[in-house]
Amino acid sequence: MTERSPSTRVAAVEIRGVTKRFDDVIAVDNVDLTIADGEFFAMLGPSGCGKTTTLRMIAGLEFPTQGSLKIFGDEVGTLPPNKRPVNTVFQNYALFPHMTVLDNVSFGLRMSGADKAEARQRAGEMIELVQLGGMAARKPNQLSGGQQQRVALARALVNKPKVLLLDEPLGALDLKLRQEMQVELKSLQRELGVSFVFVTHDQEEALTMSDRIAVMDQGKLLQVGSAEDLYARPASRFVADFIGQTNLIEATVADPNTIVLANGQRLRAPSPHAAGTSVAMSLRPETIQIGARGTVPAVHEATSLEGVVSSASYLGHSMVYDVSIDWIDLEVRTPMVLSEERFTPGSEVAVWWDRRSDWLVAE
Amino acid sequence: MSHRTIVRPPMEPPPEAVPGAATPEFEAANQRLDRRRGLLLALPSWAFLTLFFAIPLLIVVVYSFATRNRFGGTDLSGWNLEGYRELGQEFVLNLVFRSFTLAVVTTVICLVVAYPFAYFLATRSPAVRNLMLVFVMIPFWSNFLVRNYAWRVLLGNDGPVSQATEAVGLGETTILFTQSAVVLGLVYGFLPFMILPLYAAIERMDWSLVEASRDLGATGWQTFRKVTFPLSLPGVIAGSILVFVPSFGAYVTPQILGGGKDPMLGTYIVAQFLEARNWPEGAAASTVLMVVMLAATLVYFRTGGRTL
Repeated sequence: MTERSPSTRVAAVEIRGVTKRFDDVIAVDNVDLTIADGEFFAMLGPSGCGKTTTLRMIAGLEFPTQGSLKIFGDEVGTLPPNKRPVNTVFQNYALFPHMTVLDNVSFGLRMSGADKAEARQRAGEMIELVQLGGMAARKPNQLSGGQQQRVALARALVNKPKVLLLDEPLGALDLKLRQEMQVELKSLQRELGVSFVFVTHDQEEALTMSDRIAVMDQGKLLQVGSAEDLYARPASRFVADFIGQTNLIEATVADPNTIVLANGQRLRAPSPHAAGTSVAMSLRPETIQIGARGTVPAVHEATSLEGVVSSASYLGHSMVYDVSIDWIDLEVRTPMVLSEERFTPGSEVAVWWDRRSDWLVAE
Repeated sequence: MSHRTIVRPPMEPPPEAVPGAATPEFEAANQRLDRRRGLLLALPSWAFLTLFFAIPLLIVVVYSFATRNRFGGTDLSGWNLEGYRELGQEFVLNLVFRSFTLAVVTTVICLVVAYPFAYFLATRSPAVRNLMLVFVMIPFWSNFLVRNYAWRVLLGNDGPVSQATEAVGLGETTILFTQSAVVLGLVYGFLPFMILPLYAAIERMDWSLVEASRDLGATGWQTFRKVTFPLSLPGVIAGSILVFVPSFGAYVTPQILGGGKDPMLGTYIVAQFLEARNWPEGAAASTVLMVVMLAATLVYFRTGGRTL
């Protein structure tokens, strides 16, 4: 697992060898993770992968079974949540239903001993910042989902946390609102310069918002990197498949420049893996070109396959073809250019790709 | 949003009536039918409540204005307020005050005992919860009167409690036939009525609110004061009403465990009907008691408590 740290300052969150067991279920399995100060960091994975448990351990709502958890250099592994310099935006917001928006937002300040007038004033400013001015006297159930979301955000941020934790904060919003909030969250984070740790199962959300993303599955941390790292250079079949769409073609390494497919066909694909390693080649649908047989450019001859179109769908901005090549199906996505030739199911075609657009994964 | 003005013809012709198509008349008729069906379903309980609750209640109110005759009977004529006037006598006011105090003390003790238990119950696994709820309900399987007599045996001069305190050198226990014994009996009898609504209120609370409170820097105790307790308030109020109301008018327990020495409101009302043969007076006391309870309950609903 390689990790680039974008800053040499002390890490906002440093997790070393953290494991969390619930009875006999291992929710988080020996995770090492460093989150830099001022970073927008996403934790991505299918439900039950351990991302929320990891977040809750940073918040102090769960204690690790084992391992070290530091926030700005201080070990906090066993501290209760009220003694940690972090705040959380909960999945269903968890707004106090018996309090007004103002009381909700000033709650944290009051608990930390600020006097009433000061707490109210600062809470009022934060309510303005999240564009809820005029709503301060309302109760949470008089607000829309998007407004509740903003209250939850204001309630956490008003305490000036060193790290803000967000547990699927946009999950309950409809698509349009979600996209708006994504942009707002991102600009808010840039404005405040505070680390945001964001848990989501929506890979698109993670890709658009985050500086770096950690992909988890079954309690294990699989890969940490920028959106581009994960998309173009996935470390495993799981990551390749989970981030965006891809074609995974099983093969065996023959020599440092060649792989052999199951039907014996050889493709040019430089790999660092030893001969005989079984690998999967990840080919993104949009990197594959399609054309009539015999039209493969000479430079791509060594990275081409022949097949038959089994289905063709019109998506407006692009055409999606399913091309069956013996035992595999390849998805091919070509941008819609009117002059370009179209293929119908049954067409015999060739597909090829640039040597730099494939990626081999061994795990 | 564009600001086009849609130009419409001044009058649109009414749509052709198609057989089977929806019309406002059909919708209205359908709603009428729905209401009638609802009324029909409620009829048995309406009839039951009218016959066995509303009419007897009315009889009590009517009797409170009637005249007591010389033979201890009641004449339904010569309507007067004598029954209510007699409630103003000093000894009646005293026993009302005594009953009220004991009911308040009982309610407070029940609340203090039941809250931690209900909280504990609500945070257990479903299996443990159900088992413990059964334990709470078990006393209801035997008669209230019998259970009160059981306490009389327990608290008696040579009873187990007294023997135990003597054995550890605290001397014999002599609380039977005192107000303490009455409170003990009332707490024992009505505790489940406090536990159950509290349990229901705490159990349905959203625990992520507690997490949010801790996350925002509140200690456990602050979280209880600011979040848990306010959210369980409907249960606290419901439980308090359910304990206070029967305690205020209790008859059996003061009679058996208090020995009837200090008359309470319940014993007084019974005495008016059975011994003093003063039905208007008993009816007047009952009416006042009911009005007070009703007022208290209404106040509760008006001040935001929605669930009982």
